[in-house]
Amino acid sequence: MASKIKLNKDHINKIELDQLDRKERFTLFGLTVPYLALVLGLIVIPVGWLFYMSFIGRDETLSLENYERIWNSKAYFRIFKTTFQISILTTLICVLLGYPLTYFMSQLSNRWANICMIGVLIPFWTSLLVRTYAWLVLLQKKGLVNSLAIDWGLWSEPIKFVHNMSGTLIGMVHIMLPFLILPLYANMRTIDKDCLKAAANLGATPTRAFWTVFFPLSLPGLLAGLLIVFVLCLGFYVTPALLGGGKVIMAAMKISDNIELYFSWGAASALGVVLLVVTMIILFIASKLVSFDQLGNRS
Amino acid sequence: MKDNYIMSDALNISIKDVTKSYGDFFALKDVSLEVKSGEFLTLLGPSGSGKTTLLMVLAGFTRPDYGSVKFGTEEVVLKPPHLRDIGMVFQNYALFPHMNVEQNVGYPQKLRGVSKEEIKHTVNEALKTVKLDGLGHRGVAELSGGQKQRVALARAIVFQPKILLMDEPLSALDKKLREEMQIELRQLHDSLSMTTVYVTHDQKEALTMSDRIAVINGGGLMQLGTPNEIYQSPNNAFIADFIGESSLLSVKVSKKNAYLGNVKILVDHSVNKEGEFLLVVRPEKLFLTNEKTEDCNTFTGSVIESIYQGESQLLMIKLDPNTHGDQTLRMRIPNGTASTEDLPSLGASVTVGLKKSDSFLVE
Repeated sequence: MASKIKLNKDHINKIELDQLDRKERFTLFGLTVPYLALVLGLIVIPVGWLFYMSFIGRDETLSLENYERIWNSKAYFRIFKTTFQISILTTLICVLLGYPLTYFMSQLSNRWANICMIGVLIPFWTSLLVRTYAWLVLLQKKGLVNSLAIDWGLWSEPIKFVHNMSGTLIGMVHIMLPFLILPLYANMRTIDKDCLKAAANLGATPTRAFWTVFFPLSLPGLLAGLLIVFVLCLGFYVTPALLGGGKVIMAAMKISDNIELYFSWGAASALGVVLLVVTMIILFIASKLVSFDQLGNRS
Repeated sequence: MKDNYIMSDALNISIKDVTKSYGDFFALKDVSLEVKSGEFLTLLGPSGSGKTTLLMVLAGFTRPDYGSVKFGTEEVVLKPPHLRDIGMVFQNYALFPHMNVEQNVGYPQKLRGVSKEEIKHTVNEALKTVKLDGLGHRGVAELSGGQKQRVALARAIVFQPKILLMDEPLSALDKKLREEMQIELRQLHDSLSMTTVYVTHDQKEALTMSDRIAVINGGGLMQLGTPNEIYQSPNNAFIADFIGESSLLSVKVSKKNAYLGNVKILVDHSVNKEGEFLLVVRPEKLFLTNEKTEDCNTFTGSVIESIYQGESQLLMIKLDPNTHGDQTLRMRIPNGTASTEDLPSLGASVTVGLKKSDSFLVE
């Protein structure tokens, strides 16, 4: 056992060795400087400015009128409701589609898992705008989906897929899915396969082994993926704007309207601040949940 | 060796013609093996020999191409692992990281629908058996390697299975702890009356713990016998080399006489075949001698290496090339029996003896 030794300058080479330590730490800190400057310039200052502007009323004086309007207006309430509704639904569908797929991938050999991963990543590397317009083409009244389905007699009248909630959801789920799959996959790969064997050996049916061993161990990954998807959905603009066709209005679209149509920077800022605060509250609560789960995943 | 094999609680295992191939590669090739009830049997072999595959076939995780595995009289080869009702300790323990010690050990009991009080009772009993009582609320991550190993063991025996499988359970522990655990596991086996199949690549561990050892290599069973039989009379050169330390000297046999170089040597058993054989020489069976006695082989040579190894001195002896051919012998002299001055110095010519009863040939 190391006992307490009092170190002082008289020890041989003490000062020089301390200097080396300090120099190393300073170099490491130096590496973070460019990023820190970027964060300060592009995030801290603009967000501060945003906060400030949200308290400026129409008459250019300090007031709470922007927040009052959000609080009192039914329209804003509806926008927030839509935003959360779509975000929750998208996240849910992503989990339902993504979890089984990721589970499947995690059980494959490295070779096949990598091939599947490329399948997940290729759309992820394609421009968001391209994919959104592609859906618009596929899903419209005379689009590929409707004409094929009518040809095959699946349904007789074209179904309205775009410029409404379902189109928005289809597009968003497609774009968000990799964000769920990537962290979940990373997590599932670390789950010891012997743990599942052990469960089976101890008498657990495959279903029981899944729910009592695999699923709890995959929770940190699931929660991480779920959070990323949900938070990204809250501020999503392009896809709901295009596929929703103005009928599905989410918070980000209202912010842009406030600026582009009404030149109301104050109102837009207030909306941004509310969205930011809500997101941070959700992240805070979730971080408590995640850290609770990671306790089990450390071994 | 224990004679209390037959116990009412334990089950014997009959393995017959079990074969498993992966493409052109045979992991197991027509392996047949009887494990007596209550016996501690070790599957010993180098890595890639098929010993773990055989254990996985017993546990139900690997489906053989064909063959039969019976627990008692019941054919189990078609049964999924969760219906086999056998305990298993995995190489890396495979403890559930999201459960504490108590929940881990209680897991098989919970699956069996045992009442809460009964679970608590049996879990405490199992933890006491592996000397971990009082640690039930610890998280798995807070345990040392040795403790994890004990938890894995407790979890495997808590539901009192009739068969216990262990897959190199001690390989992750340091030497000292491993040797302690070998004795402890053996004692535990004796008190629990389970049929135990133990997999290891460590021949010393196998010799220490087992009632019988099945030496596996290249997907086949090479030899089955008590540690004494395996050590004293290995079937072939592979086993002679793998179990314990030995020098293998090439020997020619013609007309029932064995020749090392051009010197005739005495061997323990008669040899009926002609041709090339190997003489197995255990380094500790060699002794320094001056004269040739009856019932002894003597070899002459010079010391080319002398290494102090704590409990013994290892000598490398280059045999006289004129009489014995160009071969090297290893010899071990326990330290403390001969004074340091008596040890032959480097380069010295020596004559070493080997009793006839310790001289045997393998193919």
